[in-house]
Amino acid sequence: MGDFTMPSLGADMLAGKVTQWLVKPGDRVHRGDIVAVVQTDKSDIEVEIFEDGTMGEILVPAGDRVSVGTVLAHVNGEASEFRGPVEISGETAALGPSSLTAVPQFEPGATSIAPSPPQPRLEAVATSVRASLHPGLVESPLVRSLAERLGVEVSTMVGSGVGGVITRRDVEHASNARVRPSSSPLARRMATELGIELSSLIGTGPHGAIIERDVGREQREPPPETPPIESDIRERRLAMQRAVGALMARSKREVPHYYLTATIDLSRATSWLDEANRSRPPATRLLMAALYFRATALAVKHVPEMNGLYVGETFTASERVHLGVAISQRTGGLIAPAIHDVDQISLEEVMVRTRDLVRRARNGVLRASEMSDPTLTVTNLGDLGVDSVFGVIYPPQVALVGFGRVREQPWAKDGLLTVRPCVIASLSGDHRVSDGMRGARFLSEIDRLLQEPESL
Amino acid sequence: MNPDQARELMRKVLRPIAPEADLNNVLANERIQEALDLDSVDFLEFVTGLSAATGLEMPERDYAQLSTVEGCIDYLTSPH
Repeated sequence: MGDFTMPSLGADMLAGKVTQWLVKPGDRVHRGDIVAVVQTDKSDIEVEIFEDGTMGEILVPAGDRVSVGTVLAHVNGEASEFRGPVEISGETAALGPSSLTAVPQFEPGATSIAPSPPQPRLEAVATSVRASLHPGLVESPLVRSLAERLGVEVSTMVGSGVGGVITRRDVEHASNARVRPSSSPLARRMATELGIELSSLIGTGPHGAIIERDVGREQREPPPETPPIESDIRERRLAMQRAVGALMARSKREVPHYYLTATIDLSRATSWLDEANRSRPPATRLLMAALYFRATALAVKHVPEMNGLYVGETFTASERVHLGVAISQRTGGLIAPAIHDVDQISLEEVMVRTRDLVRRARNGVLRASEMSDPTLTVTNLGDLGVDSVFGVIYPPQVALVGFGRVREQPWAKDGLLTVRPCVIASLSGDHRVSDGMRGARFLSEIDRLLQEPESL
Repeated sequence: MNPDQARELMRKVLRPIAPEADLNNVLANERIQEALDLDSVDFLEFVTGLSAATGLEMPERDYAQLSTVEGCIDYLTSPH
């Protein structure tokens, strides 16, 4: 049997409030299912479960605020799914393999290092990516004419083909589904109980089937046009400021920062982007930020000590690059949720995920794995008109890369003076893990990659 | 599309991008992006939303015109 505990959704989180349970005792759950919504000082987070099994007793009812690591519910796992050591106790329980906690805290006393993220996380990510693919991608004229013949609206569909392309099967399926939407039994039951019309939902399950999370999402969607209460917003903003403040104070107290900057010529990158975007509709256009993210993630290969976590006096480099992306919430506060495996995915995919992440960050629903996973953070303040940024590292990460605004400036090369679009890239590094030499190598690698935009 | 409809469309497209933003507080010739604190991702969402609603292609070279309220209204109300 496993315990489902209050996850640590970022190193600054000490407690969270369960605002909603999406499952009840006896429900079958699969790894990657979103089972609860947790409110932190920063936002509402959908929390996934990383174990197959059956929900046992729910120990913390919705509405209760508890500290990180508190057991929220029991999960009766399948025997074959049980992993990890049994001797988990005290403070380290929160870091146990069958719990959800992913970011280790380096509070005094916590000496253990978190296990590497459980594999199932990949699946959760895959689901979320699929849901964020752009709808309406039809490549085959045959499929398009079939859709027209059957009267299937493809502009809102996400296909099951590579990159979300709509296939013939998807169209046929959608045509059949109009009679009765395809859905999981649990989703159907939830919808009935909640009085939600299944055909009004967008399915994110296999072949667009409606699954429990789609129903849950519908239920959680606030009614439009209801203005949030002013005092709630103010209170939330204050809480968030305090949380960010506490984390940054800890960073400045414990992390010996060093700072480097490099001015990068972006003429190749900007003209490549212009060209690439000329033939793209707005829905698939690329932004310079996506190039920054890819370049940063790939540069890590050469300087692995920039990517990972420093816990209990020890740095552990991460094999995977989960890039934290700093997003301003405008109403006050800053969050930096992760885009997973940025070194492994295409520029287009980075762009799709960035847009999806920003959209959800603004509307206050992020996933637990996104909040707890970043291994390195990038902040892009160029839109705000500043030249450069010297960021504060998010513990337990050990580096932060910043980009300022792109501006034209005089550029001397080979004895000739020209005008080029440039950006100042900066690195805040942790001197316990790396030094100026390695930091310089990292920035110059980012520069080199941005000179070959076609390879990003 | 008339100017009122254009303004209403902008408002509708902006709502999910910047729920707290009020287009009425933006001067006609002010840059929307700065007035409403939109980053480049938000602005791209704005263009994407307008493009989806109107069927216009809105290439990047037109972004300058789309950057202010009055420019946007002109763009949406003139034939393309």
